[in-house]
Amino acid sequence: MDFFLLTIVKAAIIAFIFLTTLAYLQLLERKVIAHIQRRPGPYRVGPHGFLQPLADVIKLITKEDVVPPHVNRTFYILAPFFAVFFALIPICLIPFGPQVEIFGITTLMQLTDLPVGLVMVLAIGSIGIYGIALGGWASNNKYSLLGSLRSSAQMVSYELALTIAIATPLLLANTLSLQEITQAQSGFYFGFLPRWHIFQMPWPQIFSFIIFVIAAFAETNRLPFDMPEAENELIGGFHTEYSSMKFAGFFMAEYAGIVTICSIGTVLFLGGYNPLFPPELGSNFVPAFLFLGGAAILFFHALQAERWRDKITFPLFGVVFLGIAAIFAVPMLWPYLLPVFWFVMKAGVLIFLFIWVRGTLPRFRYDQLMAFAWKFLFPIALINLIITSGLVAVVS
Amino acid sequence: MDVFLFFLFAAIAVGCAVNLVLQTHPISSAISLIGVMVSLAALYLLLGAEFIAAAQVIVYAGAIMVLFIFVIMLLNTGSEETEPVNALSRFLGLPLLLVMVGLLSVVMLDVAPPSQEVRFGSFTGGGAADVGLLLFTKYLLPFEATSVLILIAILGAVVLAMREVD
Amino acid sequence: MLPFVQGGVPISWYLILSAILFAIGASGFLIRRNIITVFMCIELMLNAVNLSFVTFSYMWRQVDGHIITFFVMVVAAAEAAVGLAIILTIFKNRGTLQIDRINSLKN
Repeated sequence: MDFFLLTIVKAAIIAFIFLTTLAYLQLLERKVIAHIQRRPGPYRVGPHGFLQPLADVIKLITKEDVVPPHVNRTFYILAPFFAVFFALIPICLIPFGPQVEIFGITTLMQLTDLPVGLVMVLAIGSIGIYGIALGGWASNNKYSLLGSLRSSAQMVSYELALTIAIATPLLLANTLSLQEITQAQSGFYFGFLPRWHIFQMPWPQIFSFIIFVIAAFAETNRLPFDMPEAENELIGGFHTEYSSMKFAGFFMAEYAGIVTICSIGTVLFLGGYNPLFPPELGSNFVPAFLFLGGAAILFFHALQAERWRDKITFPLFGVVFLGIAAIFAVPMLWPYLLPVFWFVMKAGVLIFLFIWVRGTLPRFRYDQLMAFAWKFLFPIALINLIITSGLVAVVS
Repeated sequence: MDVFLFFLFAAIAVGCAVNLVLQTHPISSAISLIGVMVSLAALYLLLGAEFIAAAQVIVYAGAIMVLFIFVIMLLNTGSEETEPVNALSRFLGLPLLLVMVGLLSVVMLDVAPPSQEVRFGSFTGGGAADVGLLLFTKYLLPFEATSVLILIAILGAVVLAMREVD
Repeated sequence: MLPFVQGGVPISWYLILSAILFAIGASGFLIRRNIITVFMCIELMLNAVNLSFVTFSYMWRQVDGHIITFFVMVVAAAEAAVGLAIILTIFKNRGTLQIDRINSLKN
C-alpha cells in the first residue's frame, strides 16, 4: 500500500508543478515575444503582469461556453479532452532526478520508469494528433477542416524525422528507459566536457539534436511551422469554433506538448539532470549564486525605481530570491534540488529557444514545409543514423 | 488486480468493437477502433509484451488510423446510407454469430485449459531487446521481406494516388 | 481488499476475448456498406488475431508470437496505405463509397 500512497503523492506534486508551469509558460511567452518586439507585454495584473495567468484562467472559466449549432456535438466536445489528456500523460515518464532517499523511503524522482519508456512517450505523442484532427473536423467549418488536415499531414511527416533523430542517441545509450539514458550521459571528458549525447564519442549527436529541435517545432505546431492555425490564411485554424474552457484545452495541450518535447530533448541530448560541469569545479554552487545574483539585481533596481510600487515589489522579489538562494546553499538538500535545477535549466533553455524562434522567423509556405520534411530533414536524419550505427558498431 | 484490469480493458475493447459495427458514420467507427486498439495495447502490457504494446499504439493507433481519419475527413461523405436487409440475415445473423463465438470458444478452452493463468509480471521476455534479438537473427529474412513489401506498398500508393482520372 | 485482487486470469479468457472481437469484426465486415468501415472491420479482425498471438506467446513463454504480431502490423500498414489509395481512386471515379454501387463489372 506504501507504493500506492507514494505514487499518489508524487503524482500530486508533479501535476501541481506541471499545471502551474503551463500557466506561467504562457505569460513567459507573451513577455519574451513582447520584449523581442520592443513592447512591455502584459503589465497590469500584479507587478509586471506577474499575476496575468490567474486573470486569464478566471476569464476563460467564466466565459460563456458556446457550442455552435452546426457542429458534430459529440466529437466537438470530445476533441479538446483528447488533446489535453494525451498531452499531459507523457510527463509521468520524465526523470527529474536520480534515485533518492527521503524520510527513509527510497524512490526515483520520476513518477515511473518503464523499460520501454521512450517508446511509450512516442506512442502517446502519436495519439495526440486526434485532438486537433477531430476538433477541426467536428467544427464543420472549412477553415477548421483545412487546418486540421494540414496539421495531421504535417505531424505525420515530421514524426518520421523526429523518430529517426531520437533513434540515434539510443544507439549510444543502448537502452529505452529514460532513467538509464540519463545515467548513460553522466561523467565528463577531460574532466570538464560533459558526456552528453550531443558531445559523446564516437559521433557527437549535434546534427541529430538540430533535426530533433526542428521536427519538434513542427510536432508542436509552432512557428515557423504553425500551419494549422496560420491566422492570415485560416482565421484560427482548427480552434476557430472553440471558446471558453474548450479553447483553453487546446491552448494547454500546445504548451504541455512544448514542455514534454523539451524535456525529452533534454533527457536524450542534453544529459537530463546531469550538471553542466563537474562538482569538483563547483557546479553545486551555481544555483545559489544565480539566485543571489538575481536578488542583487532586484535590490539594485529597487534603489532607482521610478514608480512607488516598484520600490515595494522589487525588494519583495529580492527577498524571495535570497530565500531560494539560501535553500540552494544547504548541502543537505543538494541531492534533491540540484538534479531538478539542472533539468529545469536545460529544459528552460530549450523552451526559450521555442519562443525566441517564434519571435524571429516568418512562417513557411505549406508546400515548402512538406518538401523540407521529406526531401531534406528525413534524408539527413537517415544519413546521420547510418553513420552513427556504423561508428557504434566499429567502436564496440 | 489482474482480473479487474482484464475485465476493464476487455469491456472497453468489446464495447468499442460493437460500437464500430453499429455506428453509421465512419468517423465514429474509426474512433471506436482506436479505442479497441488502445485497450488491446493495455492487454498486451498485462501479457508482458511491452514492446508490442508500444508498437501497437504507434503503428496502429498513431499511423494507420490517422491515415483512415485523414481519408474520411478528406472525402467527407457523411453517414452511410442504410440498405434494406433481407429477412433471413436479420433473424439468423445474431444467432449464427453467437454459434461462431461458441465454437471458437470451445476450441480455445480445449487449447488452453482454465488451469493456466496469466499473472502480470511472470513473463518478462517481451522487452525491446528480446524482440529485437529474435527479429534480427531467426526472423531476419521475413523482416527484410516485409521491408521490401512496405517499399512496394509506398510505390503502389503513390502511383494510385497520382494517376489522373479519365 | 477486494476478493479478486489475488490470482490471475485464465489464459483461455484472453483467447475467448480474441474470438469475440474476431466475430464482431467479421459481422461488421458483412453488414456494413461503407468501404472505409468494411476496411476498418478487417483491421479489427487482424487485431483480434494479434491478441491471440500474444496470448500464445505468453502461454509458451516464447517471443515468437510477438514477432508474428509485429509482422502483422507491418503488413496492415502496407495494406492500409494501398487500400486507402484505392478507395480514394474509387471515390474520384465513382463519387460514392457504398460497396453496392461499385458494381460496374456486373452490367
